[in-house]
Amino acid sequence: MNGPLINVWRGFRSLVSGMRITLQQFFKPNVTVQYPHESIKMPERFRGHIIFVRDPDSGKSLCIACKSCAKACPSECIVVDGVKREGEKKKSVTEFKLDFTKCSLCGSCVEVCPADALRFSKEYNLASPTKGEYVEIDLVRRLEADKP
Amino acid sequence: MNLPEPFRLLLFVLGTMAFVGANAAYLVWVERKGAARFQRRPGPTEVGPAGLLQPIADALKLMSKQLIVPPGVDSILFRLAPILVMMPAMMCLATIPFSEALAARNINVALVMVFAFSSINVMAIMLGGWASRNKYAIISAARIVSQNIAYEIPMMLVVITLVMMTGTMNLREIVDQQAGAIWHWNLFRLDENPLMPVTFVIFYICMLAETNRAPFDMAEAESELVAGAFTEYAGMGFGVYFMAEYANIVVGCALATLLFLGGWQSPIGVWSGIPWFLLKMYALVFSVIWVRWTFPRTQFYSLLNLSWKILIPVSLATLVLTAIMMKIL
Amino acid sequence: MILQKDIERLSAGSNETFVLNLGPQHPATHGVLRVKLTMDGEFITRAEPVPGYIHRMHEKMGENRTWAQFLPNTSRIDYLSAMAYTHAYVAAVERAAKIEVPARAEYIRVITSELNRVSSHLVWFGAFLLDLGGFTPLLYAFDDREKILDLLEGLTGSRLTYCYYRFGGVCNDIDAGFVEGARAFVTYMRPRLLMYRELVTDNVILRKRLIGIGFIDRDMCRRYGASGAVLRGAGVNYDVRRAEPYSVYPQFNFDIPVFPEGDCMARYLVRMEEIAQSLRIIEQALDGLPEGPFLAKGVPRMMKPPAGDYCFAVEAARGRFVVRVVSEGKDIPYRLRLRTPSFSNLSLFEEASRGMMLPDALALMGSLDLVIPDIDR
Repeated sequence: MNGPLINVWRGFRSLVSGMRITLQQFFKPNVTVQYPHESIKMPERFRGHIIFVRDPDSGKSLCIACKSCAKACPSECIVVDGVKREGEKKKSVTEFKLDFTKCSLCGSCVEVCPADALRFSKEYNLASPTKGEYVEIDLVRRLEADKP
Repeated sequence: MNLPEPFRLLLFVLGTMAFVGANAAYLVWVERKGAARFQRRPGPTEVGPAGLLQPIADALKLMSKQLIVPPGVDSILFRLAPILVMMPAMMCLATIPFSEALAARNINVALVMVFAFSSINVMAIMLGGWASRNKYAIISAARIVSQNIAYEIPMMLVVITLVMMTGTMNLREIVDQQAGAIWHWNLFRLDENPLMPVTFVIFYICMLAETNRAPFDMAEAESELVAGAFTEYAGMGFGVYFMAEYANIVVGCALATLLFLGGWQSPIGVWSGIPWFLLKMYALVFSVIWVRWTFPRTQFYSLLNLSWKILIPVSLATLVLTAIMMKIL
Repeated sequence: MILQKDIERLSAGSNETFVLNLGPQHPATHGVLRVKLTMDGEFITRAEPVPGYIHRMHEKMGENRTWAQFLPNTSRIDYLSAMAYTHAYVAAVERAAKIEVPARAEYIRVITSELNRVSSHLVWFGAFLLDLGGFTPLLYAFDDREKILDLLEGLTGSRLTYCYYRFGGVCNDIDAGFVEGARAFVTYMRPRLLMYRELVTDNVILRKRLIGIGFIDRDMCRRYGASGAVLRGAGVNYDVRRAEPYSVYPQFNFDIPVFPEGDCMARYLVRMEEIAQSLRIIEQALDGLPEGPFLAKGVPRMMKPPAGDYCFAVEAARGRFVVRVVSEGKDIPYRLRLRTPSFSNLSLFEEASRGMMLPDALALMGSLDLVIPDIDR
């Protein structure tokens, strides 16, 4: 006779203690970040899409158009081209396009780059009404326009 | 007030409708804000200060949506169900006295009327589920019928216990008997029946089950039945179901307040009035929301087990105990 | 042409069963799993999982790219337990190419894998409670998980698809901030587990829903090749970390939680206990973290492992994950086979759910902890 009653009482008590816990949480501060009003700073190693590193001396890209990144890319989404200009030791980049619709942000290209010419963008608000903007992210033009 | 009778009635019908509408709209806001606080997030904030205009925005959105009547449904019943589901909540509110002076009708058998109409609500949801021609909706309709049959009984037994104690079914008289101070409330009238708090808990559980609120939300059960009986409803059709749910919660909580918590009587004996009634009622409404955001859903058979194996025997026991105590003392 | 199957189906229609299409879009299938349920009222007479809605041919993809280029894929098979999956793949290739991994790298792998396991179990915990109709624990669990994700994002640059391990080590070293953060997380998480215990585990409604529901016994596990918490919840003490020790797991002191009941509650308790054990491992690994390089020297950029057939198994959050690579000594694998735990854990659903009621079957499905891309891969 006592067994079921004790069980009912225990069950009831477990419900009350559950409600006590949620009430405690009720008065604690929010844990969420209200995104459009406030945003989180991306960590140092955040992997956004890739952009060029600017050479501090010349202001140009460090890229030597060796195409290691294009080869390392698992999705074949990088197209690089470069020319060897007169009087320069290394090739310089003329075209560097990233097909962001294919990119999986793995970072293989940054890792493999012998000239350390690539880094990750901290830009994460990637949205556009047109697809075109991300089919070809033109790194050369971005460097010229000084876009992040 | 000495208004002519038809005018008075019209005023009350309009008042009740406005009250139900405002409550349904703003309880959604309270629910969302409350849920957010329990989960430590801010909830709606964008529309108006503290998201206060959110219900209006939601209503506009729902009203501007197309009312889809899927092919193959029983179109008369499908359209009728949302109307039917709203009606009993409004009718019940007509019997509920908010204070000494503020009541649509002082009816002698108010309690019987409330329970008679609250059962229509079940039928309406069942009709909606049946008419939808959707498997999930039919499962939900079948569930809601057996759930409500199971929970009407202990609720009735509890109410009978109460009526035995008070000797009346007139809600105003029931409240008047609880005047004085907190120990005169039916909840604490342990001299009549020492199990009174248990009866209140049973009433509360039954109210949750009757209004299909979590943890007894078998009809909606979104992780099992998508949206149960409401799956096929679009736009305001769904909106009306949604409003009816909150209207029923208000009716349930108002009834619990009147029957157990002394209605508009103040706990200290002086300054009785509507504010007390509203305070107690909304405290109960808040607890309903609190329960929803704490517990997982019960399984269907444990829901029935709870009713048939625990609630009905216990409420029968309190009924018998009350009878014995009335005879002996 | 009328097939025998159709005749059976038509004649089956004469009794009172109906077919309920659960998914591919259904709140309880968490993704695009479709289960064709033949129902008798609310009782399931037959449940037929229909996988394949998110099949991406990971195995085939492995055969047309270099060894290193497959690394990003490993994070995308089971997106909740990416570290362990990458671990299995790099370890298989390391075994093939006979690369010695520095001790520090192994420690870092253990720490990150275990953090990842905790975060995976937290997602499961929240989603499982959501299946059972409890909303709030999900948000609490995600709050805790967020702390892990922040830690791992600071370390790897990504929140889910880490792609952090490399052949011969890891790609970034951990810093003092990470170590401190991981320690802080361990001390933060322990009281939270007590809180979950009181809020969820002891809750009478949850216990009623889980105890005695969804029996999966030893024998059924053996027949379907179930692993992970499903197997340990059926009373079999099998954990790859103990049975086939890899990395530096033998150096740590931890228990394998085993519950013999074989019901949903047992699987639930196994996973909750595993979170506590993972915290223990993380703590020990942080204490014993050796100095040294985090990446082996002399690993060629273009891997060409010697010809042969190599296997490596790890204990992922969902169970035993095996990578088998067949090399021909070329720069791309000849064959890459992934044995994923969710697939075999799903296979037993059909048998285990027979005769159950719909909500119980969904509780059973939730307790299997399925990740749909892991089933389809």
